[in-house]
Amino acid sequence: MIELIAQNPILAALIALVGLAIIFGALLGFAAEKFKVEGNPIVEQIDELLPQTQCGQCGFPGCRPYAESIANGDAINKCPPGGQATINAIASLLDVPAPELDEEHGQESPVRTVAYIREDECIGCTKCIQACPVDAILGAAKLMHTVIADECTGCDLCVEPCPVDCIDMLPVAETLTDWNWSIPKKPGQLIATDTRGELSHAHTQGGGA
Amino acid sequence: MSQTWVTPGGVHPPENKHQSLTQSIGVLPLPEKLVVPLNQHIGAPAIPCVEVGQKVLKGEVIAKAAGTVSIPMHAPSSGVVSAIEHRPIAHASGMLAPCIEITTDGEDRWIAHEGVDDYELLAPRKLLEIIANAGISGMGGAGFPSAVKLNPGRQRPIHTLIVNATECEPYITADDSAIRERAAEIVEGIKILSAILDHPDNIFIGIEDNKPEAIEALAPHVEGTGISVVSFPTKYPSGGEKQLIYILTGKEIPSGKLPADLGMVCINIGTTYAIKRAVVNGEPLISRVTTVTGDAAGVQRNYETLIGTPVSHLLAHSAFDEKACSRVIMGGPMMGFTLPSADVPIVKTTNCILAPSYAEIPDDEPAQPCIRCGMCAEACPVSLLPQQLFWYSQAQDHERLEAHNLFDCIECGACSYVCPSNIPLVQYYRASKSEIRKARAEKVKSDHARERFEFHKLRMEQAEREKEEKRTARREAALQASAAPSNPSSSVPSSSAADIIAAAQARAAAKQATPEQQQAQLERTIAAAEQRLIVAEQKLAEAIEKGSANQSVLSAAVENTRQKLEQAKAKLAELTA
Repeated sequence: MIELIAQNPILAALIALVGLAIIFGALLGFAAEKFKVEGNPIVEQIDELLPQTQCGQCGFPGCRPYAESIANGDAINKCPPGGQATINAIASLLDVPAPELDEEHGQESPVRTVAYIREDECIGCTKCIQACPVDAILGAAKLMHTVIADECTGCDLCVEPCPVDCIDMLPVAETLTDWNWSIPKKPGQLIATDTRGELSHAHTQGGGA
Repeated sequence: MSQTWVTPGGVHPPENKHQSLTQSIGVLPLPEKLVVPLNQHIGAPAIPCVEVGQKVLKGEVIAKAAGTVSIPMHAPSSGVVSAIEHRPIAHASGMLAPCIEITTDGEDRWIAHEGVDDYELLAPRKLLEIIANAGISGMGGAGFPSAVKLNPGRQRPIHTLIVNATECEPYITADDSAIRERAAEIVEGIKILSAILDHPDNIFIGIEDNKPEAIEALAPHVEGTGISVVSFPTKYPSGGEKQLIYILTGKEIPSGKLPADLGMVCINIGTTYAIKRAVVNGEPLISRVTTVTGDAAGVQRNYETLIGTPVSHLLAHSAFDEKACSRVIMGGPMMGFTLPSADVPIVKTTNCILAPSYAEIPDDEPAQPCIRCGMCAEACPVSLLPQQLFWYSQAQDHERLEAHNLFDCIECGACSYVCPSNIPLVQYYRASKSEIRKARAEKVKSDHARERFEFHKLRMEQAEREKEEKRTARREAALQASAAPSNPSSSVPSSSAADIIAAAQARAAAKQATPEQQQAQLERTIAAAEQRLIVAEQKLAEAIEKGSANQSVLSAAVENTRQKLEQAKAKLAELTA
């Protein structure tokens, strides 16, 4: 046997390569079974970045289906509640350029809103309760309904089905606890052509204060 | 003298402390109105327990603590509650917050109160209760409820009590002047703290060496008490809790931990005075020492100021020159903030009102580009990389900001102070911190929403499944019912109306009794009908006799009964035929 191999180097190489292929194939096959990943991890990661408003403005019934669709190559700029921040985050996750928000699906709102039911006008039809994706509306048939403001994601889905139009989307007022310092203006724009607009604006605003 | 350690970084801005130390602590005339904000501390805002129009006495509780991490508020003077509403408060946002306004009556009449004779005999729990009820929160800056801080729990025994008399920020002399004039009471307050904490091994009063008078004033009172006054070279910021602990003990509090985790508690010296007043004199925290200083104030001195006194009242009694003043700052020049208006009230953490002239603190110069000189990194007392944090803040790179320990920044302002490009670095850090906090809160909220959505979906699916199951069950039952009773010989499965009618007829036929039974039944019916007929006819006769109105009804009844009788007789004849 050894003699045969020594005399036929080509055969020897073949045997060695086939042997290696079998060993590594077995190893890989074993690893694929043993360390199998449940579900698609990229979907989970995208879903984590989406705002979970469950509003359906992207055209999918909820955030997760959209995450799945993005994982399958759909555009990442269909989420108005998440806005540019979400687009940027998904872009950096997928390592693709970040596009602008697709206006077709809606516009980014600078303030968070929650639904509010004008309770005097509510007729108790339960249509909004059925529409709410996060069970944030409380009530029963022929009885007044109300929104649990803390659970409301501001998705708008309850506004449309209301037959008496008694649901408003109200902006959430800023309180002392969630007030934020703002990032100062970028320093170093001292060259006249850089700052012409900005400075003249500042001067008119400052008014010599 | 015990050993001290030296913190990294730090700066030496002009101290400017002498201006306000030329006079003793003054007392202001009573302001007409006092505005007490309900949230002067870290934690939940207090809940008002008075009504508009109610008369209150000095020291009376006007708002109750909302939970453990909260403190009650007391009326700073006697008078009438004139409003409970949102008012501007001392906050950088300039937003309104709930406040209680008291119109003072000028009498300044105290509510009945008495202190404890011998606090050593009282259980620590009782003492903590007194401190909590007196509405005492940290008076150094953050305003954390003191009773919570002094109760770290059994699993964290305290071996070192540190009293913070550093007062490292320029201009401020509130603690300095308080020590000079009230050293005895302050030391007594420290003894009370020692009793609460089960007499820790070490008690330090940390004080910078730029306050020799204060150190001298403390010396006779601490003799033989085991309290050591430790002075160390002046440097800003030595008064930060973690900085002071390092200076005095050489121990660093790890990121994200509290001093109590290392068996230490750090309390501001102004707070110890308030604790003494609460325990020994029974007085709640309704006033504090506040420095009024800056060149735009004609009189620069410390005042014993009632909580709720408008800043404008303080300034009006300090020969304030509004035109010469560049801005009114609450706190010091390094960490204080410009007040949105001078109408905001003094709160429990207000140690200084700074009214600088334009020469002292000019308007901000425009920021220039970062030249990477690295002076900020040298000045940082926490050994962070301020310029790196600045770049990441601009890029809003939250991950890297956290990796560079943004949250260990104490916002002391040393980096901005040394920056040759006038970059407002601290503002970047504050903004980034709140951005990150907001993002975290949003993450929690969105996770919660996802959970609820998934549960909602599950519930809908389950409801749908149950409905479907019921539907199939009903269909199967209908199939079985129609298959079972129908004639097995019939090739057509029973579904037509004829079948249903036939089935009904069969059921009716099954109910029919034998002819004998029918005959007996009919005979009974006839007998009963005859009886009824007789009664009815009698009634009719009576009615006719009396001429009553229901004759027609009764005659109809008689006729009816007679008909039934005849029908029954006919049937019987049929049956017997």
